[in-house]
Amino acid sequence: MSATTAPDHVAAPVLPDVLPPIKQRGKVMGFVHRHPTIVIGGVLVGIMILIAIFAPYLGTKDPTALAPARRTREPSAMYWFGTDMLGRDVYSRVLYGTRVSLLVGFSVAILAAIVGTFIGLVSGFVRKLDAVIMRCMDGLMSIPSILLAIALMALTRASVQNVIVAIAVAEFPRVARLVRGVVLSLREQPYVEAAIASGTRVPVIIWRHILPNTLAPLMVQATFICASAMITEATLSFIGAGTPPIIPSWGNIMAEGRALWQVKPYIVFFPAIFLSITVLAVNLLGDGLRDALDPRLAKRL
Amino acid sequence: MSTERPLLEVNGLKKHFPIRGGLLGQETARVYAVDGVTFDVRRGETLSIVGESGCGKSTVGRAILRLFDITEGEVYLSGERIDNMPATRLRPIRQRVQVVFQDPFSSLNPRMRVRDILAEPIRNFGLAKNRRDLNEKVEALMDKVRLPRDAVGRFPHEFSGGQRQRIGIARALAPGADLIICDEAVSALDVSVKAQIINLLADLQDELGLALLFISHDLATVEHLTHRVAVMYLGKIVEVADRRTLFAEPHHPYTRALLSAVPVPDPTAKRQRIILKGDVPSPINPPSGCRFHTRCPFVFDRCRVEEPILRHVGSAPGHSSACHLDEVPGGPVVPD
Repeated sequence: MSATTAPDHVAAPVLPDVLPPIKQRGKVMGFVHRHPTIVIGGVLVGIMILIAIFAPYLGTKDPTALAPARRTREPSAMYWFGTDMLGRDVYSRVLYGTRVSLLVGFSVAILAAIVGTFIGLVSGFVRKLDAVIMRCMDGLMSIPSILLAIALMALTRASVQNVIVAIAVAEFPRVARLVRGVVLSLREQPYVEAAIASGTRVPVIIWRHILPNTLAPLMVQATFICASAMITEATLSFIGAGTPPIIPSWGNIMAEGRALWQVKPYIVFFPAIFLSITVLAVNLLGDGLRDALDPRLAKRL
Repeated sequence: MSTERPLLEVNGLKKHFPIRGGLLGQETARVYAVDGVTFDVRRGETLSIVGESGCGKSTVGRAILRLFDITEGEVYLSGERIDNMPATRLRPIRQRVQVVFQDPFSSLNPRMRVRDILAEPIRNFGLAKNRRDLNEKVEALMDKVRLPRDAVGRFPHEFSGGQRQRIGIARALAPGADLIICDEAVSALDVSVKAQIINLLADLQDELGLALLFISHDLATVEHLTHRVAVMYLGKIVEVADRRTLFAEPHHPYTRALLSAVPVPDPTAKRQRIILKGDVPSPINPPSGCRFHTRCPFVFDRCRVEEPILRHVGSAPGHSSACHLDEVPGGPVVPD
């Protein structure tokens, strides 16, 4: 035990960590790591929204200005995406077209969500109306939504509002069915029964207990509707039943470029890329939200 | 015994759930969930309803809460009939009968803070004069269930199961109820937490003079806090007695079978075990005669055709059992 003797034990070599050290991430990086789809989708959607808002300031020209002398030019420094068969600048038209697509997508999502939620709540709470309402919804859903939208557009004048209404009519039964299902399961939840037992009135129960718990699946469904509404809008415009030709929309541009697509593919190509990216982005966002809002997954975190 | 009417009287309560099928949703069959149940709960008393799953004990609780309309029978609260009362006049009744549910995870709205959960009944019945009064009342409730006051700003998922059950109890206490229906209130908790919650309920009962209707499948738990016990089997009460009598001299073969299944913490103890065969028959198609005859070890011919009625048995007051064996001179045949 004296201080002079050499220690009769040798320290064991440092063992490698049994578990790899937990990487410390900041709040932002942590979110990016956990929900990459939300971030990618959100950023892409954000870019599209910015393009739509700032379309006039992004080096665009008047998207409807005709220049017959300079028609069907290849993409160049002057015409980034080339010009179409009437000499209009495709770059400007595609960027302005973002406005129509996003407007239609978001409006349809919001409109369908509101109408569908209302009908779903009525159906879930008023048992007598349930069978009748849901058979009507089944009827609406049995018609392919694009056909229904075409039929509705055939009845009215071509305008962006009518496109929105036509697509929303085709989409809201999906929301109604979803909300009804959620309401029926929430109604049986003990916390709703406890609220009934403690004298809460039905409107308050809906507002305070049912709606907040419906929001998560509703938001996910709304993003998917947003994406499919954009495709439907492009389809309607493509077959000439949608946005009036004077307003540039991706569907219109593609419809006009269709005749030339073998010789001048870029006219169809650029709006198609924008449409694909936007739809992909919205779907990614919806996918990510579904994962993030799923309470079973949330508990694990 | 006082002549005062009991707090809660249930007479011949029946609840049949229709099973609808076919294209037009016509009734194709019925679930006889509760089929003629009579009991009462006095002020400040605990009555336990025990039975296997599917025997209709929870349905009894939910019927008293008026979560649905009953098929037949009468329910009185302090002498006032409540089973057929229109929904508009039900609010003062709702203030007096509250509920604590089994699952502490689904019985609290995950998107509400504890403060709002507890404030909801107080607001509904207009029990707080202003915001400060409301906050004080909420904090007093937290004290009553021994939770820290500063936890009111949290969401339910930040609490453990036992703590959530305390929040559930606090919510049931909020309107100042006379009767609290505990629907399997401790069944989802582990043993130590279960004991805490049972003690809390017992303390609150002493403190506030609450009557408890304690619905449970666990006789061992019931033995600790109840005054009286009603044993249910397939929608009917087969035996009622005060706790001591029921556990000491059970009459009905079903009660005896249940008691013999309660584990005893003594490995050397030799006991008469009554082991029931098979499952509870379906309440859609209950057996004729005595509902227990398909599983009863003492079954005889009369049981298959005639339904026994609940009648007074034994020496203790308030002890009733529904079994033909009780009519046999010299009491029930107890096999050795």
